[in-house]
Amino acid sequence: MAKSHKPVVWFPFAAGGTVIAFFIPVIVLLTFLAALGHVPAGLSYERMHAFAGNGLGKLIVFGVVALSLWSSAHRLRCTCYDFGLRADTLAATVLYVAAIAGSIASAVFLLRI
Amino acid sequence: MSRNPLVREVPPTTWYFRQPRYLRYMSREITSIFVGAYCVLLVVGLQRLSQGQAAWEAFLLALKSADSIVFHVLALAAAVYHAATWFNATQKAMPVQIGEDFVPGNVISGAHYVAWMVLSVAILYLAGVF
Repeated sequence: MAKSHKPVVWFPFAAGGTVIAFFIPVIVLLTFLAALGHVPAGLSYERMHAFAGNGLGKLIVFGVVALSLWSSAHRLRCTCYDFGLRADTLAATVLYVAAIAGSIASAVFLLRI
Repeated sequence: MSRNPLVREVPPTTWYFRQPRYLRYMSREITSIFVGAYCVLLVVGLQRLSQGQAAWEAFLLALKSADSIVFHVLALAAAVYHAATWFNATQKAMPVQIGEDFVPGNVISGAHYVAWMVLSVAILYLAGVF
């Protein structure tokens, strides 16, 4: 029976698309407020450190960041192809490796908090 | 006389200018560039947070540049456009059948919009915005 690696790529893509849709706009809004000079109280070091310091917080942050990275990598791969870049294997390798590296880095940073 | 196979010439880099619906598709595609770049910013933020208070506060201060404000406007627009089109697509991607009838598509997408708003307001509240 022919096996496809597509579900492995697709599941985190679909999950990431949903996570991005629900969470990224409001997270962008929070850092946008900080960029405008109105740092929300929740972005203070104490509050962020406390949130990322407990196990559930770490899990939530890692889930959002890792799934968003994977989904973005997969979408960027499609975008590259649609803009005429036909070196799909290269684009896929570079983007997926970047997403995996970013996820591992996020896990390491979270474990240090 | 030999029969020639039909070969449709598709210009690989300009095909999406042919149809407004292709342009709408591509406008959604390019939101991934801004969302992807924002994800990188999130990873950098996590690194700064793990380096201690001084590094985190320097990170927040660095967000205040003009470039950062322009990037945030583009990223916010991209994220909202991605979310809206994603929720609009849910009614096609996962139709819900109850008995003989399908739940109207607007109800499925609408429920996602409501959940999105509730979640966003809850996160803004928890983050102390209001």
